[in-house]
Amino acid sequence: MLEVANLHVRYGNIEALHGVSFQVKEGEVVALLGANGAGKSTTLLSIMRLVPPEGPVVTQGAIRFNGKDLLPVPAHAVVAQCGIGLVPEGRHIFGNLSVLENLKLATYARKDADQIERDYARVFSLFPRLADRKHQRGDTLSGGEQQMLAMGRAFMSGVRFILLDEPSMGLAPLLMQELFRVLKELNEAGTTILLVEQNAHLALKYAHRAYVMETGRIVLEGNAQELAEDADMKRAYLG
Amino acid sequence: MNIDTLVQNLLNALQWGSFYALIALGYTLVYGVLLLINFAHGDIFMVGAYIGFFLATFLLGQYALALPFSLPPHVIFLVTLLLTMILTAFAGVTLERVAYRPLRRKGVNRLYVVITALMCGLILENGNLALLGANRRNFPQLLDNTVYSLGGVTFSDVKLLVIFATIAVFLLLETIVRKTKLGMAMRAISYDRMAVPLMGIPVDTVIVFTFALGSSMAALAGVLFATAYPVLEPYMGALVGWKAFIAAVIGGIGEIRGAFAGGFLLGFVEIFVAAFFPSTLRDLIAFSILLVFLSIKPTGIFGVARATKI
Ligand SMILES: Nc1ncnc2c1ncn2[C@@H]1O[C@H](COP(=O)(O)OP(=O)(O)O)[C@@H](O)[C@H]1O
Ligand SMILES: [Mg+2]
Repeated sequence: MLEVANLHVRYGNIEALHGVSFQVKEGEVVALLGANGAGKSTTLLSIMRLVPPEGPVVTQGAIRFNGKDLLPVPAHAVVAQCGIGLVPEGRHIFGNLSVLENLKLATYARKDADQIERDYARVFSLFPRLADRKHQRGDTLSGGEQQMLAMGRAFMSGVRFILLDEPSMGLAPLLMQELFRVLKELNEAGTTILLVEQNAHLALKYAHRAYVMETGRIVLEGNAQELAEDADMKRAYLG
Repeated sequence: MNIDTLVQNLLNALQWGSFYALIALGYTLVYGVLLLINFAHGDIFMVGAYIGFFLATFLLGQYALALPFSLPPHVIFLVTLLLTMILTAFAGVTLERVAYRPLRRKGVNRLYVVITALMCGLILENGNLALLGANRRNFPQLLDNTVYSLGGVTFSDVKLLVIFATIAVFLLLETIVRKTKLGMAMRAISYDRMAVPLMGIPVDTVIVFTFALGSSMAALAGVLFATAYPVLEPYMGALVGWKAFIAAVIGGIGEIRGAFAGGFLLGFVEIFVAAFFPSTLRDLIAFSILLVFLSIKPTGIFGVARATKI
């Protein structure tokens, strides 16, 4: 489904990724792990085709989605036409819009009115708290609720492939479990997921496969279960 | 001041403030979306008035090339108004395309874009001067402009039209921004620009829509202004533009209702100062009052301090 090959990207004059390659197949949950500053967010921003000032510049390599070259595609078309969504690090919900308006905005490019209605119902059943807070401004939500809204928004944009950047950040353990349960449910219903996490334990529990990044390179890859038991992996990331 | 004079001044202030409000709107919309102060906007108002002038005189058959039939003046007024709004919207969008977008693509500091806007304003003024010469033009009278009096208060068709048009524009814009997806996207951009394309929304479309909306409202102001005060000259947008910008800031820049509140407030202050003091002191006193107001509430009437985002 997604194929990233020998990706080099830079911010200004500083190269942040030095030849990253990996793949995600349809229906998979793939985890992208690594310490702070390894280049995980940069990888996701590159796939979404966010360009400066919001993202980096790709200088070499390829990003293909179902065989199609993504590099010339603008960010809004990556979402609207290719069906790839990003739940960004730090959530980036629209705090001056209500919960409902946030969700509605995500349907901007969609034409399938009936399916949109079903998707609203789905989001509100996955996250009942959002239904209770429908008319509240986004910036009045708690951190966990904002994360739910950010995920709900990605879902409402009608994408079949979701990239998540540290969804568990700052969440209480109970909420974290809840969030991952929803991710699992979405995946079982057909959504492909690329999950960036610092919490490797949790990510490996839910992912099928994983890649580990270090300073702009992929240094380890494999089946999630095997990685969870891998000696190097344990020493470096699982403590 | 007796009650008649008071009502008369209120009415005058509403009309005068309407022009400021309609122009202030363009500053505030563009600022909300791009955090850019589009200093060429006052001159877009001028461009609107001139486009209106040429359309109206054409429709009246004052050129060699004319319509094969003649229209009643109020129809000409309506057609002129609508066409002027559309054409001026194109002018505003072109300005964005040609001058601001290339800079935005390069990711330059906003200061340079503001300077570019100032230069574009000067180019529009002097381009007009070069093209059409320094002589003033008289906007044709298209509406009867009947004057009514009620007690000691007089008011005209045009005055009422200006006030009602401005109120209608306020309601229309509030609806657009609250109810349509494009309007919501305008609000969303002002809060978090990065997340907008992630919703599948082309940011450029939102920006173009914003410029079109702001410019067509300036054109509306231009035609209404020319109908009420029919003398046009290339610099007519400069001072009015500055004042409308001040009105937008007083109201809270980035807020639609702020543009209206600020515009009307400026209108009231100017008219009432002029009612008590010699007219040469009007701007001095009016702006001193507003300066004091801003030093007490720098974010304006409806503005909220913007959290600096990285
Ligand atoms: N906007 C930016 N401008 C310049 N450098 C950046 C920017 N964002 C990230 N970087 C740098 O790129 C590298 C990778 O960062 P990032 O992708 O955010 O890492 P991670 O998500 O794995 O924590 C880091 O060295 C970081 O300092
Ligand atoms: Mg990160």
